[in-house]
Amino acid sequence: MKYVLLFCGTDQDAAAFNALSPDELRQRYTEVGKWFQEHQSRIVDSAQLQPPTTATTVRHAWQGGEPVVTDGPFMEGKEAIGGYATIDVADLDEALRMARTWPGRGAVEIRPLMVSR
Amino acid sequence: MTAWLVRAAGDFELAEDVVQETILSALERWPRDGIPDSPRGWLFTVARRRAIDRLRRERRYAAKIAALPTPEASEQPDTRLELIFMCCHPALAPEAQVALTLRAVCGLTTAEIASAFLVSETALAQRIVRARRKIDVAGIPYRLPDADELDARLRQVLAVLYLMFNEGYLASGSGPAMRRDVAEDAAWLAELVSQLFPFEPEALGLLALMRLHLARSAARLDGAGDLVLLRDQDRGRWDRAAIVEASALIERAAALRRTGPYQLQAAIAACHAEARSWSETDWRQIVVLYDMLLAVAPSAVARLNRAVAMGALAGPAIALAEVERLGSELRGYHLYHSILAELLHELGRPAEAHAAQERALALTSNRAEQSLLRRRLRDRAC
Repeated sequence: MKYVLLFCGTDQDAAAFNALSPDELRQRYTEVGKWFQEHQSRIVDSAQLQPPTTATTVRHAWQGGEPVVTDGPFMEGKEAIGGYATIDVADLDEALRMARTWPGRGAVEIRPLMVSR
Repeated sequence: MTAWLVRAAGDFELAEDVVQETILSALERWPRDGIPDSPRGWLFTVARRRAIDRLRRERRYAAKIAALPTPEASEQPDTRLELIFMCCHPALAPEAQVALTLRAVCGLTTAEIASAFLVSETALAQRIVRARRKIDVAGIPYRLPDADELDARLRQVLAVLYLMFNEGYLASGSGPAMRRDVAEDAAWLAELVSQLFPFEPEALGLLALMRLHLARSAARLDGAGDLVLLRDQDRGRWDRAAIVEASALIERAAALRRTGPYQLQAAIAACHAEARSWSETDWRQIVVLYDMLLAVAPSAVARLNRAVAMGALAGPAIALAEVERLGSELRGYHLYHSILAELLHELGRPAEAHAAQERALALTSNRAEQSLLRRRLRDRAC
């Protein structure tokens, strides 16, 4: 089954991340790199996203009319998605195992991909 | 049968529907045509045929038809454990885990579960539908957890059974006539789990705990269906044989030398069950057991219960001091106010006792508990 792991974080997670010393930051990245390497065979593709401040949102109204373009992310408030990985694993338990060992902190949301059976 | 079908067809929703249909057709045909020579074989054969019909209708499952084995009813492996682990998966909401387990493993109808938990049937049906859909769509597996996860997942299963038991036990006596005894079902499941994990002391401990509560249940409600407090229960109506058996379970668990919260709670329940009266209860032992329980599983509710035991041992003033310390944590818990009321009453502070009793009443939704609290308010009004 295919899932997308969404690497999410709150304001507080972002602040904690920004407060890391260069050494700590390097170590965090090493661990994350190791995690990706370990799960290489299960990861279909993945990316880290630029911060939400760089996002642009195009909003369509159900009643029609011109789409509205705004500066900023769609998800309002304190939560943001920092990256994702599409994985192909046997079942949710395997996806959970990967999410549990994620070294990047914050939260990991596991979403199954829709497939035509 | 549900377990067998889920494994064969890999579709939980389909399996449940097919089982329903199969049972319906048995109810329709057996009275008319007579009970078949092998009822089990008949059921499995009909279920298989119906499953194949369903799968044919939904062509997308073509490949799975081939996978449906011909049933050899007597040789069906016991796959209920896989089903329990699936229903008690941590990716499902706790209420959904309880409802789904009762539905799929114990075979209760949606209406029965709804009435046992005093929720609307629509709400409960939605909860179950959502959970079943998540199982299928999100790929919650139908298999035993891996060895390194088994401990944590088994704890989760026991927690669900404990929740199920408590809900069922508390609701009993207040539900409508259609209610089935969910507490009995939880005990049946705990027995099943402890048979499948014979060396897991906490499973044995949980089973013993449930059995001890059930052994006292005849004395728990009076003729009017109102709760009778442990202190006032007619101990002659307790099931002595069941208490002896439950105590043997605790000893079996203790021999495995890995203590845990369920075993300790069972040991406390056994102290109560073995006492000839409230005053002859071994309160010293109970306080020691609560201390052990608090060391492995600290909780405000356990501290509250320890305070009650302390009260019986050392008087209401000491107990009151302990109970009042828990006020900030347990303000929303009706038994906190109810116990506070008892202690204040014993200490001759009726106005405060009355106020605490009122708060307790406002916080409980259980009918039997409400009527006990109302009776107390009435009896002590003058």
